[in-house]
Amino acid sequence: MKIDGTTHAFGDRIDTDLLSPGAYMKGPIEEMAKHCLEAIDPEFPARSQLGDIVTAGFEFGTGSSREQAASCLLLNGIGCVLARSFARIFYRNALNLGLPVLVCPTAHEIPAGTRLVVDPLAGTATEAGGRVHSCEPIPERLMQMVAAGGLIPFLEQTRTQ
Amino acid sequence: MTHPPQTLTQKILARAAGRDTVRPGEIVTVSVDLAMMHDSGGPRRVKPMLERLGAQVWDPEKVVVVSDHFVPAVDVDSAQILDLTRKWARETQVRRFFDMKGICHVVLPENGLIQPGMMAVGGDSHSCTGGAWGAVMVGVGATDMLGVLVTGEIWLRVPSTVRFTCQGSLPPGVSAKDIMLHLCATVDPVSMNYRVAEYAGPAVEAMEMSERMTLCNMSAELGAKTGIIAPDATTHDWLAQVGAGVGDLEVLGDPEAEIEREVVIDTPALAPQVAAPHSPANTHAVTDSLGTRVTQAYIGACTGAKLNDLHMAAKVLKGRRVADDVRLLLAPASTKITAEAARDGTLEILTEAGAILLPSGCGACAGMGAGILADGEVCIASTSRNFQGRMGSSKAEVWLASPYTVAAAAVTGAIADPREMLA
Repeated sequence: MKIDGTTHAFGDRIDTDLLSPGAYMKGPIEEMAKHCLEAIDPEFPARSQLGDIVTAGFEFGTGSSREQAASCLLLNGIGCVLARSFARIFYRNALNLGLPVLVCPTAHEIPAGTRLVVDPLAGTATEAGGRVHSCEPIPERLMQMVAAGGLIPFLEQTRTQ
Repeated sequence: MTHPPQTLTQKILARAAGRDTVRPGEIVTVSVDLAMMHDSGGPRRVKPMLERLGAQVWDPEKVVVVSDHFVPAVDVDSAQILDLTRKWARETQVRRFFDMKGICHVVLPENGLIQPGMMAVGGDSHSCTGGAWGAVMVGVGATDMLGVLVTGEIWLRVPSTVRFTCQGSLPPGVSAKDIMLHLCATVDPVSMNYRVAEYAGPAVEAMEMSERMTLCNMSAELGAKTGIIAPDATTHDWLAQVGAGVGDLEVLGDPEAEIEREVVIDTPALAPQVAAPHSPANTHAVTDSLGTRVTQAYIGACTGAKLNDLHMAAKVLKGRRVADDVRLLLAPASTKITAEAARDGTLEILTEAGAILLPSGCGACAGMGAGILADGEVCIASTSRNFQGRMGSSKAEVWLASPYTVAAAAVTGAIADPREMLA
């Protein structure tokens, strides 16, 4: 599984209230997703395309344990997040929901709008211009779960096999 | 056979993994002694997943459900969520269901449900609060919780320990909250990722449970996997007072166990702290922000509305009045705390000063209950997070501080040094 998309660049400490604003917690997740990151980038929900990639600095996903933070990115078509570090609950939630997230020490050096191919198993992110960024790979067993769409679809698949 | 010395956290995880020892960095599968969920991330999220898999809860006796996020219902949507939560708890035979009794991280210990040595999970990022009882308690999302509910187990990476040694004692007007805000600004959160924050030293040993809870609670903001404090007589006294035993899981770390590093805090030198918008990491001494106008002061949340937090606010507010152009909102962390504060006279002091009493729950801290902010408003809160938009408008500002400092700002109408009001 490789992700080929255009990058949206963000800074450090993109928290769960920016990703999934609490004001929309009671309603349908599709509605909340329309407000994903709007506090710092009002055009993000409209601009993001299927397969796009979010890049960020340190502590991506810091804050709440709400899984909606990862769901909102998925609903906006985001296929992968590269960050210099992740908050641990967000990291687990994202993989559990089928969103590949990779620790990439040079994620902040990738400009917004870059065409990028990410190979989670190999742990590489290759810019269209040729520069290769190394990332912490996602182990194969975990990637099977991610590729299935997360833990629940993976369990369904393995149960029926 | 002798084993290498182990930290408190390693010993708890080793026992829960059915092993003699575990090493930091190792991934282990542990059995879960307690799984806590609330109305927001709990039944309404896990029920459809359980149904989809045709799975059952492994042991309803080890599950606790607390309704604290959408309480009391303010519209049909929140009423439906609370109704679903009640029905699920009943259908699933979860006996320990606390409906509108307060915030989960406070209600669990009030009922003696967190015992030393437990391996617990909670469907909330501030679940690390449970570490104050010498337990390992980690926050998880709904899908991870589903895995626990079905199997009674979870995989975890064994964290290395960063020990925060608080020397000396806290000066007047300075509290555990100030220690944590100070650490949020001075400790690189990346250096805490996947580590456990262990709090120790004379200042911690002298703290009552309520203050220890604040330390462990804000381990989330520090970027740690969780926080923990070695159980002692203070821990045992709490458990005895709430009519629970210590249990049989209690362990202590080996003194010679290897830790990753130690951070020493010169507690007596600490001044009251405030965190500027929009991150707890933007903390500095209160004296650097004196005079910043506020429109709302909020004493609430699992972090800052325990009985001891109310006592701190009352020390400042006794015989004083909230400034005319400020509203002071008070949401005690549990109904038990409200009752205790009524009994000991604290509520009288606070309400006579002009505080507006709100229901117990996560409330405005989570952007859900009463006390939401408009564009351009400035709030000072005893809560733990001041993320942009968290308490309402993304154009509002939230400052974080101790209950002393929040109360001082409520009186002055601007950020003020509470030490000047504590005679």
